[in-house]
This record gives sequence, structure tokens and C-alpha cells, in this order.
Amino acid sequence: MENIPAELRYTKSHEWVRQVHNGAVEVGITEHAQSALGDLVFVEVPDVGRALKAGEACAVVESVKAASDVYSPIGGKVTESNASLATQPELLNQDPYGAGWLFRLETGLATDVSTLMSAGDYAAFLNEATK
Amino acid sequence: MAFIPHTSDDVAAMLTLIGAASIDELFDEIPAELRAGSLALPAPLSEMEVGRLMAERAALDGRPLNFIGAGAYEHHIPAPVWAITTRGEFYSAYTPYQAEASQGTLQLIYEYQSMMCALTGMEVSNASLYDGASALAEACLMAVRTNRSSTSRRILMPRAVNTVYAQVASAIAGNQDITFQSVEYDRASGSTLIESLAAYKGQDFAALVVQQPNFFGSFEEVDALTDWAHRNGMLLIAVVNPTALAVLKPPGEWGAEAGRGADIVCGEGQALGVPLAGGGPYFGFMATRMQYVRQMPGRIVGRTLDSDGRPGFSLTLQAREQHIRRSKSTSNICTNQGLMVTAATIYMSLLGPVGLAAVAQTSMQRTADLVAGATAIKGVRRAFSAAHFHEVVLLLERPAAQVLADMARHGIFGGLDLSERYPELGHALLVCATETKLAVDIDAYVTALRGAMAASRAAA
Repeated sequence: MENIPAELRYTKSHEWVRQVHNGAVEVGITEHAQSALGDLVFVEVPDVGRALKAGEACAVVESVKAASDVYSPIGGKVTESNASLATQPELLNQDPYGAGWLFRLETGLATDVSTLMSAGDYAAFLNEATK
Repeated sequence: MAFIPHTSDDVAAMLTLIGAASIDELFDEIPAELRAGSLALPAPLSEMEVGRLMAERAALDGRPLNFIGAGAYEHHIPAPVWAITTRGEFYSAYTPYQAEASQGTLQLIYEYQSMMCALTGMEVSNASLYDGASALAEACLMAVRTNRSSTSRRILMPRAVNTVYAQVASAIAGNQDITFQSVEYDRASGSTLIESLAAYKGQDFAALVVQQPNFFGSFEEVDALTDWAHRNGMLLIAVVNPTALAVLKPPGEWGAEAGRGADIVCGEGQALGVPLAGGGPYFGFMATRMQYVRQMPGRIVGRTLDSDGRPGFSLTLQAREQHIRRSKSTSNICTNQGLMVTAATIYMSLLGPVGLAAVAQTSMQRTADLVAGATAIKGVRRAFSAAHFHEVVLLLERPAAQVLADMARHGIFGGLDLSERYPELGHALLVCATETKLAVDIDAYVTALRGAMAASRAAA
């Protein structure tokens, strides 16, 4: 069974979103995504201060076999990027929901992450996709 | 597998299966006006007859003395270069599809990359690109992707950059919403001045292109231009002649700021052992800093260890290439001119740094000799004052096309007429003499030019 933490929200492009507090979120890619990519050799994170639109390609995760875009699940301004990934891309394989986070966004206070998929919805989506 | 064309029985069987009565009926939907009709080919010839015909046609070209450069340069190619390049082990145009099975080919490309890094003073080179013009287009695309202090899709392109390169860059990168702002050259010196850039100071551009030596053969003040670009948040794209690099400061060291230099270096590699031919095949080269390697297009060969700890070579950083990343790859022109790179690598190995510098210095001297002889003729003078490499612009008191036609009658290709590219210069001629032009050839040039200029005065 895939590791899909209940407290997070998800996208169909396999990003997760954690509400840190009202108006601030953390973004990464799911256990399923890192497993499908295989051993990562390079992670490119967005620059701090960059304004992102929902659905905008803003990071790249590269394994020896493929390089994939990561899309921002919601709009906002990048307040922090995970600098550790530059030298330790394997953190993303080892701990995708923790040390492997990609970037943090400042969103409007009105931003509602509950419009994204719940853990249950994402599990069902994965089930459907892998049928 | 035998490469035998379909027999008439095969053709009939296939037509029957798809329900067409004849080949004509199969292609029925192609409008008649689009068809070539009869090709009216002459009767077939034997090998001996073809050989004779071609020898006769080649003789019609004569053996002209060529003084045209403009991006393609006639240098002496030592006989071993192509004797080795055309050995069966090397004689293949492309990187093999099972690349790692061909360790020799990969090692050669790795050596090539190392030599290009040494010449340019950069940290990483790719395995080559299609040609110099498309290498500049790729460099512009790369600069827009790479420059993280700018989101601009604009590039500063001096008019003193090879006009064909600028056109190709505009044709390729222009379709990706990248625009080019041309920058005037200084009419007195023939180089690009910082003052000409002042109008763009503080504006958002992704990169400044600098060609050294520039299209006129003039030396640019690369240190000042590099520092200006960096101070204004732009990357510096260097377009360089690899022969000239043997005697010039490498682009990796341009500018006052230590450890910065040019950000992307590209150019045409033909001068390194590839014959002029009919304009190709040539090869482009590109080198950059390690921090930008993931944005560099093309193939890269890396040195590594196999599972038994033995040294070996492999293609690396392929995840950004088009066979994996499709439309989001760093480039969709991934041609690596493997055979030309093989010749260039052997050429550089044979000459070494001292030999290549001798080629550069001798070419400069021959051009200086040509300029001295030519400018002693009434009605001929240098267009620009800047120091030059092995190419120079002459101003004539007669249309260059007429002068060139007169010189051609004496078996001399006297240079490139610049009147269409730079009409503001008047009757201007771009002339190049490499080490292949001996004193007797320079004399022949000057004599033919003097005759052509005198003819115009007689006619006037």
C-alpha cells in the first residue's frame, strides 16, 4: 500500500501540499511519484521570491532515466526552497513527505487547499490510474 | 538482409491486397500539377564513363586562389587527418545508438570535449552541434533558460556578428518568442563599443552576444563587454574562431571579474581540419560552466568507472535530451557531427597548442601582408582601424561585384562583397588570407586587384 499521509492534499500530477499555517503551504512530490521516477540525481527548485500561478511548471526532478516537471498546486510566492536537495537529491527518495520537500509558498489568506484531492481521493485516483 | 527492390510480382501482390489496380491509381489523389512528370534522364553510364564525366566537370571549376573567409576558412589539413578519420572504425556520421558498446568513439568525443575546454577556458563542452550558426541559436535559447536573474526573452545581437549566424539564430529562436535587439558597430574602428550599448543599460536582456574576432575580422574589447554584460544582469555568449583561440585570451577568462568570464561559448569548428567543401558538412561547438551544464543542449560523453572499477566512457546527462524529455528537451536539434569532430580531434592532436598558434600567427601575418599590398593601390583602403585577426574589410572606389568579377577572370576569388549585408559601407570587400596563401599568392592577389581598379579608372 502506498504511503499517503491523511493530513496532506494532493494533485493528479502527484504533488502534495501541506498547510503550514493560514496563508503558507509546503509542497513536494508523493511517494508514488518518487518511486516511479527512481533514484533522483538532480533536483531544481524555484528561486525564492518567484511568483507562481497554479499549475505552473516550477521545479524539475531528474533521475538517470527521466526529467520531469513539478507543477505548483496553487498560486503564491516562493518563500523558501529546499537547498539541501542540490547536494542530496536522494532525500527526496528517502523521505518525500519530510526532508524531501521542494518549496514553501506564501498564498493568500483566502486560499483553500481543501479544493485539492484528499488522501482518500488520491488513493482512489492512483487505484484507478494503475488498473 | 538483401537490399533487393520489390519484384513485379511483389508489387502486384501488394496492389491486389490494398485494392489498387496500378501504381498510378495508388497515387491518383496527388494533383497532376504537383507531379514531376518525366525526368528526362540521360542514358545510364558505366563507372568509367561517370568517372570521366565528373573529372571533366571538376576541371571546369579551375583551381582558383581563394581569399574568401566570412566564417569558413581554408587551412592546410595534414594528410593523416582524413586518412585516420576515414578508417572503418571511425567512419560513421553519428554517435552509435548503443553508444557504450563503442568505447573508442566515446573516448574520441571525450578527448574532443577536453580539447575544446582547454581552448575555450570553459569547464564543460558538449559533443558538438550542427554548425556554428545553429550553435549560436542554441546558445541564445540556453541563455534564456539559464539566466536566473532575468526573465527576459531578449538578446543583444551586435551587427558585427556574422550576419548568417544572426539570421539563423533569429529563425530558430524567434519561433520561441525570443527577440533580438541589434547593436551598431563603430564605423571608425569596426568593433562594438560600450557606448553603443549605453542605450540598453539597465534594461532587461537575457544575454549579450560577442563575436571575437568579429565578422569584420576586428578584435572586440571582450573584457569590457563581458564586464558590462555581467554588471547589467546579462549572460555573455561568446562566438569564437577556434584557430584564433590558440593566440587569444580564452573566453573563460574574459572580463576583470576572476572566475566569471563568458557564460556560454560557441562557434564554427570547420577551421579545425574540415575542408571547405560546398559549405558543409561542418560542425558547431559549445562549452559552458559546470553550473549551467544541465541547460546545455546536445550530447555529453563522461568518463566513469565500470562495475569492475575499470575506466570507461558513457553518454551522460541524457535525461534532458529529446528522446526522453520530448518537447521539453534542451534542444530538438541534437545532431552531433561525429565524423567532423573526429577529424577536428585528430587535427588538434597533430598540431598541438604550438602548431595551432603557428597557424593563427601565420594567417594573421599573411592577411597583414595582403592589406599592406592592397592599400598601396590607388582607390583601396582599410575600412576600419581596429586590430584584426586573419580577415579585414577593404573599401574600394568601385563596386565590389565588378572588382570581384575582374579578379575571378584571373583565377582569384577576391573576397566577399559586403554591399548587401552592410550597404552603409559603400563598396566594401571582406578579405581573408590564411597560412595556405604564400607570398606569391599575395602578390597575385595584389596584381589582380590593381588591374581591376585600373580598369575602372580607364573606363571612367
